[in-house]
Amino acid sequence: MTDDPSTTAVTDVSGPAPMAHPPAGPVTNTGVSPVPARSPRSKLVERSIGTIALVGTVATVWLGIWVTPPDRIQGDLVRLVYIHPGVAWVALYLAFGLAAVSSLLYLWPRTRSLFWDRLAAAAVEVGVVFSACTLVSGSIWGKPTWGVWWAWDARLTLTAVLLVLFLGYLALRQIPAEPEVRARRSAFVALFAAIDVPLVHFSVNWWNTLHQGATVLNPGLKLKIHGSMALTLLLGFVALTLVFVWMLLVRYRIGVLEDWLAANELDLALIERQSEGGGPVDGGPVGMGAIDELSTDRVVVA
Amino acid sequence: MWRDAALVAGKDLRIEGRSRVALSQVAPFGIVALVLFAFALGPDRQVMAKGAPGLFWVAVLFCTVLAIQRSVSVESSDGARDGLRLSGIDPAGLYLGKALAVAAQLIVLELLLAAGVVLLYGARIQVPWMIAVSCLLGTIGLAATGTLYGALSSGLRVRETLLPFLLLPIAAPVLLAGTRIWQAAMAGGTPATGMQWLRLLVVFDVVYLAIGVVLFGPIQETA
Repeated sequence: MTDDPSTTAVTDVSGPAPMAHPPAGPVTNTGVSPVPARSPRSKLVERSIGTIALVGTVATVWLGIWVTPPDRIQGDLVRLVYIHPGVAWVALYLAFGLAAVSSLLYLWPRTRSLFWDRLAAAAVEVGVVFSACTLVSGSIWGKPTWGVWWAWDARLTLTAVLLVLFLGYLALRQIPAEPEVRARRSAFVALFAAIDVPLVHFSVNWWNTLHQGATVLNPGLKLKIHGSMALTLLLGFVALTLVFVWMLLVRYRIGVLEDWLAANELDLALIERQSEGGGPVDGGPVGMGAIDELSTDRVVVA
Repeated sequence: MWRDAALVAGKDLRIEGRSRVALSQVAPFGIVALVLFAFALGPDRQVMAKGAPGLFWVAVLFCTVLAIQRSVSVESSDGARDGLRLSGIDPAGLYLGKALAVAAQLIVLELLLAAGVVLLYGARIQVPWMIAVSCLLGTIGLAATGTLYGALSSGLRVRETLLPFLLLPIAAPVLLAGTRIWQAAMAGGTPATGMQWLRLLVVFDVVYLAIGVVLFGPIQETA
């Protein structure tokens, strides 16, 4: 079924589905529900955030590499400070925090909605990417400064454990199930993992600490570095946060489409097989043409 | 709740008493693991004695996975799970009962493994009560989390492969705490560092037992 042309056609859809938008349009007689539509406003929001994130990232790179001075002790290595803490902030606080909160909101009967489930899934997936980037950028930094690629330091260990915990979450989501069953199961797992985080945090802290203390998020939020460096650092945080938001929006939208595809896969394949025999289905003008149209925007299989 | 827990635990232990799966498969597996660790770390007894606390707990973790798989699989055939739910047993009681049965089996296993560590690796235990308490608390934590994840994964066809992946990272604090307490108990001296870790284990146990008691009903519905 995955070789089905309709699969590729649908992943090419260049932009449907705003957050929690109900499938719009008339239900047709083919049994295929319409592709979730996407309002122009949500498209605009997504593109604006994407553009600002891109500009911010480019500006951070420019400032970080060409404008800011090298550090007295660390030399050019210090430039990693514009990326590494920002990526870690997104991964460890934003992404996994959001995943935990939305999982909780899904489990709470009053706020139960697939919206929270998809948001949690999107946050975890983006968070996994960011935490992998945290570990990689940390390793690149650790080799010249600490002399090793990996140290069993408390924060590194915590990040690694988090990554593994949420990889487990993603593995669980891969298992085919009814959307509600999958949502509940995943929400429980995310919740248990989130509860484990402080416990892992304390245990690895007592176990070993090598990493420097928090530079940016120290009590009182007093920046310990100055001038253009502080500005670049701040810009990096903002830019990476926006990158996260943009990826989250896109991933959420893909999640909506995936659910739509899972629900309509069979009907789409049927339409296609029937159209191979030539002639319309159910008297309607439905055939390969309708499926081809899926690759364009806002299509209703009619 | 407590009566239901005792009933369920009694049932699981009776099944174990008759089938002897834990005794004839899980326990020998633990011993095999100890022997393999010895092969991996070489015949130097000093190295092995030093690594004994960690090796003990890793062996316990692996055995926990097996014990949980077994605890889930006794419910998976003949519609036993539905039967249990229909029987009107309190979900919290069911949870505590399953966890208790697993914990009881693990305690026996740990006695065996501890003896193995002392005899095979030459580990010297200076403060036995700390070892005992750490095993008790650690086992409760493992049984509490394991039973939760066992229930979550019980309906899945990929249960065997998914369960260790989900459970083992969650149990990381138990491994860390258990190992450190053992190290403290083997070194002797002041039990101050050990106490800190014992408190962590207590928190871990209380948190996950509470979650299980509250959420086991809803979790069962997802399976």
